[in-house]
Amino acid sequence: MSIASLSRQKAPPPGKAEAAPRDRGRSRVTLWIWGFLTPTIVLYGLYTVYPVVASYWYSLVEWNGFEGEKKFVGLRNYQEVFADPLFWNSFKITMLFMLVVVPLKVFLTLFAAIMLNSPKMPMRTLFRTALFLPVVTTTAIVGVVMQFIFDPSSGPVNELLRKFGLSEGVNFLGGSSTSLWTVCLVYIWKWFGITLIYWLAALQTVPDDVLEAARIDGCGPRQLLRHITLPLLKPFLIIITLLSLESALKVFDLMQTMTGGGPYYSSEVVEIYIYRWAFAATVPQLGFASAAAVIFGLFVCVVGALQLLGVRAAQKARGAQ
Amino acid sequence: MTITREPTEATRTGMLRRPRARTDQARSNRWTWPWILRRLPWWTAALLMAGGCLLWVYPFAWMVAASLKSQLEIFGSGLSLIPDSPAWENYGRAWNDAGFGQYMLNTVIVTFATVILVVLRCATAGYVLGRYSFRGRKLIMAILLITLVAPTGYTIIPVVDISMKLGLLNSLTGMVVALSGSAHVVGILLYAGYFRSIPKELQEAAILDGAGFFTIFFKVMLPMARPVTATVVLTTFLATWNAYFLPLVFTFSRPELRTLSVGMTAFVGENSTDWSGMAAAATISLLPVVVLFILMQRQFIDGIAGAVKS
Repeated sequence: MSIASLSRQKAPPPGKAEAAPRDRGRSRVTLWIWGFLTPTIVLYGLYTVYPVVASYWYSLVEWNGFEGEKKFVGLRNYQEVFADPLFWNSFKITMLFMLVVVPLKVFLTLFAAIMLNSPKMPMRTLFRTALFLPVVTTTAIVGVVMQFIFDPSSGPVNELLRKFGLSEGVNFLGGSSTSLWTVCLVYIWKWFGITLIYWLAALQTVPDDVLEAARIDGCGPRQLLRHITLPLLKPFLIIITLLSLESALKVFDLMQTMTGGGPYYSSEVVEIYIYRWAFAATVPQLGFASAAAVIFGLFVCVVGALQLLGVRAAQKARGAQ
Repeated sequence: MTITREPTEATRTGMLRRPRARTDQARSNRWTWPWILRRLPWWTAALLMAGGCLLWVYPFAWMVAASLKSQLEIFGSGLSLIPDSPAWENYGRAWNDAGFGQYMLNTVIVTFATVILVVLRCATAGYVLGRYSFRGRKLIMAILLITLVAPTGYTIIPVVDISMKLGLLNSLTGMVVALSGSAHVVGILLYAGYFRSIPKELQEAAILDGAGFFTIFFKVMLPMARPVTATVVLTTFLATWNAYFLPLVFTFSRPELRTLSVGMTAFVGENSTDWSGMAAAATISLLPVVVLFILMQRQFIDGIAGAVKS
C-alpha cells in the first residue's frame, strides 16, 4: 500500500460499515469514528499541525525568551536572516553534507547488498547483523563516544596513526578543516545498515524465475547483474535516494554531540543554527529563529515534494515493466 | 566463473537431489579443484566483508573495553581491547554518582508510555481512516500527508511554547505527550492499509454476534493487525529510546528528569576527563537496545524493510 495511492483513491473502502441502516445506528457509528480519531487529532494537532502553522506567526514577531512579550515586526526577521552570512554558511553546510553523504551511502550499500544477497556468500546473516548494529544505537550517545574515539591525544584512531608513524595526532573534531568530514564518516557508518536493508528488500523483489530463465539462456553472473538485476532496481534507487536525502537533513543529534557546530561554525547545520538562536543564546531570539526555521521548513517541503514525485515516477516505472 | 560450469554444479547439488539430502559420497566430492576455484572469489569477498564488519563493531568493542579499564590503563594502552583486571567500580560510579540509574528509569518510563500511546492512536486512527468513509476523511488524510516530513528542528519552538502554556514543560508527562504527538504518520498509514485489506464479511459476522464498534476493533481487528503493531512498536521504541532534541529541551531546568541520551552529554560536559565512567555510562545506555536487537533481529529487519516496500 503506497502513500500516494492511498491519498489518490476516491472510492470508499470496501469494509464500509453499512450494517446499521437505521439513522440512529449510523450516527452512533459516526460518533465512534470521531471518538477514534480524537487522540490523533488532539495530539497531532497540538504538536505537529499547530507548530507548523504557528511558526509562520512567530517568524513575524520580535520575541526574546518564552516568557517575553511578542512584538509584531513584519518581515524584519526574514531580512535579518537573509542578511546573516552565518545562516547561509549553515545552509551551505547542510547542502554539502547531504551531497557528500547520500551518494556515498547509497552506492556503497548497494554494493554490499549485492554481495550479501548472493546465497554463495558465507556467513551473510552475521555480516548483516554487524553492519546493522550501529542503526539501533542512540545517536547522541554514539556521538559522545566518537568524541573519545577521535580524541587528538589518546583516542584509538590517533594511537593507531601514531603506532604506524603516520602522524603526530590529528585533531579530527577540533580542526575546522576536518570536523565536518569526520562527522560525514561517522554518519555513513551509523546509518549504513538501514540503507543496506532497503537494498536487500529491493533485491528480494527481483523474481527468481526471470533470473533462472536468463541463466538457462546462458547468462553469466556479471551479465545477470548488468542486464536484469540493476535495471529492475531503478525505481528503488529513486525511493532510497530520496529517503536518504530526507534523513540527511536531520543530523542535529550527531552533529550537536560530536562538534556542537564548531569549530568556528565549520560544521553548523541549519538545525544547530536554529537551536543556537532559540535555546543556547543568552537572550533567545525566538522570532528570528522561527524565521530561519520557516525557510528551512520550506526547503524540506521541496525535498518532500520531490519525494512524492519520485515515488510516483517509481510506481510508473514499475508498472511499465 | 564461466557459463559452462554452472550446469555442472546445478546437477550435482540441486536439480536431481535436494542439496540438504546430499549423500556422504557427494560431500566427499566437494573439495575438488574446480569447486575450490569457483568458491575462491566468494571467500575473498567474505574475508573483506569480515574485515569491514570488525571495523564496524570496533567502536562498541572499544567502548566496552574502556568501561572496564582504570583511568591509567585507558591513557596508557588505549588500543588493546582486553583490560588487565576488570574495574567494575566504573559501573557503580556511572549508575549511582552520575545518576544513570535515574536516567535509565526516566527513559524506560518515557519509552513505554510513548509506545503505548502511539500504538493506540495510530491503530484507532488508521482503523477508521482505512475502513470508513465519512465527511472530513480526505481533509485529514491531506493534512497528514502534508506534514509527513516536518523535522523536529522546525517545530521545536512552538512545541516548547505550547507545553509551557499547558504547564507540561519540565515534566515526564509533557515529554511523553510531545513525543507521541509528533510525526508517526507512517504508522497511521500502515494501519489504514492493513485494516482496509481485511474482508468485510468478518465484520458482518461479528455484528451478527452482537459485537459493537468498540468490541469489533479491540477483539477482532486489532489482534489481526499483529504484524503492523510489531512494526509500529519497534520503530516507535527505537525513535523514543534514541530521541535527543526534544528531551534535551524539556529538561533544561530539571536535571533529574534527563533521559539517557541527554544525561550522557551532560555527564561528558561536566567530567570530560572521566573516560572510563563515560564508557560505562554509554555501555549501560546502549545495552538494552543492543540486546533487544540481537534477540529480535528478524522483527527489526522486517520492520525496517516493510517501511520501504510500502
